[in-house]
Amino acid sequence: MTTIEVRGVSKTYRVRGAGSIDALADVSFTLSSGQTIGMVGQSGSGKSTVAKILTQMERPTSGQVLLDGAPVPSRGAALRAYRQRLRMVFQDPFASLNPYHSIRHHVERPLVLSGVVPPGEVEAEVHRLLAKVQLDAGVVDRRPHELSGGQRQRVAIARALAPRPSLLVADEPVSMLDVSLRMGVLRLLSDIQAADGLGVLYITHDLATARYFSDEIIVLNQGRVVEHGSADEVILRPRHPYTRELREASPDPESFFADRVGGAR
Amino acid sequence: MSDPLLSVRDFSVRYETAAPVDAVRDVSLTVHRGEVLGLAGESGCGKTTLAYGVQRLLKPPAVIPGGSVTWHDADGTDTDLLALGTDAMMAFRWDKISMVFQGAMSALNPVATVGAQLADVFEVHRPAMSRRARTAAVVELLEIVKVGGARIKSYPHELSGGMRQRIMIAMALALRPQLVVMDEPTTALDVLVQREILREITSLREAFGFSVVFITHDLPLLLEISDRIAVMRAGQIVEIDTAEQIWFRPQHEYTRTLLSSFPRLTAERKVAR
Repeated sequence: MTTIEVRGVSKTYRVRGAGSIDALADVSFTLSSGQTIGMVGQSGSGKSTVAKILTQMERPTSGQVLLDGAPVPSRGAALRAYRQRLRMVFQDPFASLNPYHSIRHHVERPLVLSGVVPPGEVEAEVHRLLAKVQLDAGVVDRRPHELSGGQRQRVAIARALAPRPSLLVADEPVSMLDVSLRMGVLRLLSDIQAADGLGVLYITHDLATARYFSDEIIVLNQGRVVEHGSADEVILRPRHPYTRELREASPDPESFFADRVGGAR
Repeated sequence: MSDPLLSVRDFSVRYETAAPVDAVRDVSLTVHRGEVLGLAGESGCGKTTLAYGVQRLLKPPAVIPGGSVTWHDADGTDTDLLALGTDAMMAFRWDKISMVFQGAMSALNPVATVGAQLADVFEVHRPAMSRRARTAAVVELLEIVKVGGARIKSYPHELSGGMRQRIMIAMALALRPQLVVMDEPTTALDVLVQREILREITSLREAFGFSVVFITHDLPLLLEISDRIAVMRAGQIVEIDTAEQIWFRPQHEYTRTLLSSFPRLTAERKVAR
């Protein structure tokens, strides 16, 4: 059981000529293995800043991030080891894979660097990971441009899983993919989460998939947590006006046609 | 609804590459005056090729092996778009049918002010217009889409994604066309800005009365904003009906697959986690 706790975290960016911007203000939540938390909010609400702080790409201005009760390491070997326990899946599979390298290279590197398997077993582990994300073994020698967006995102997931992390931060993992592929990739993530007991922070602006795949939902607005509760509670009975605003703006054909048909009768 | 604006009959587009691809195959559809026609389908199904093709915006190796496209103008005349000469077609485009292109964040020229880019439309299509009249028209457009005339000297990077999309809409409305084709106009925007832009499009339609062909892969969104929806797959229209029919009584297997590929925002979760 691994738990990461974000405690009272604020992040202020200094902007030349414009003073400062509070990207996050007093954000607290706890993510444990075996659990999926959806984090929703519009562009600029601070969602990605949370991801950057969790992965220690940014340091909080104030507040703490604790892994199993201890402050997360900020440098050196300890930080590298931490980044193998908490992994990241980025939004854009067209930008997050290196066009010069084969798929094998992308999955192999974290295996070699983390040493989770002996050198002699790396190749077999690469194949096991590709099978896990439902990619054909034939893709190992291909390069990213030869794969579709959905396939590339599966490579990115395999790469994230390679060092056998306990926590995964997925920052808009399907927003660049065609709608017809999104559910497939999310179902895959959800199956792996359940099978491996991963703790997943699913960052998205799509309320429907957040509700579908998360146990809890956190709503961020202008860097603050305005609502946090069970997924159904937050989406079906939103208490904060901002959550309601998000919900009303989200396409919801079910209610739309129910109102229309109801109105016509 | 029985007042046709654009009739497309048995229309095909083929990419004449080493292995020819029939991107659009024998498509027939009618856009009626004043309606919003949604065009749904996944990437590569041919929806953008169809929209570009009827306006003859495709370049070789794309060819149009067959079909007809007839424009029924508000003034009562009919025009065969596939028979128009190059100059006549250039004059027709934007004047009668305009487009809001995919990718608001990158569709504008980064080194020209938005005012200059809007003025371009008038320079090309209304060469007789004076500079002063042009500026006045640009300011009016910026006011219409609620960006505000004060932004005339702004560069695209100085505007938010939503404002840039409004500029694209202003550009499409510049010549008061009868049909605006919108290709994924809100896909890159977050949900609140998307809703704001959709409301804006609705009120502009009420003010100016143009028809819209709205292309997107976001079927839930399309269901809420369209009068009718055409579902495309592999270059063909598999089903075309009112949004309500598509939602309640989809006829084609593929339409049902598309509908089931979206999690519902408020309904029961169908699949247990």
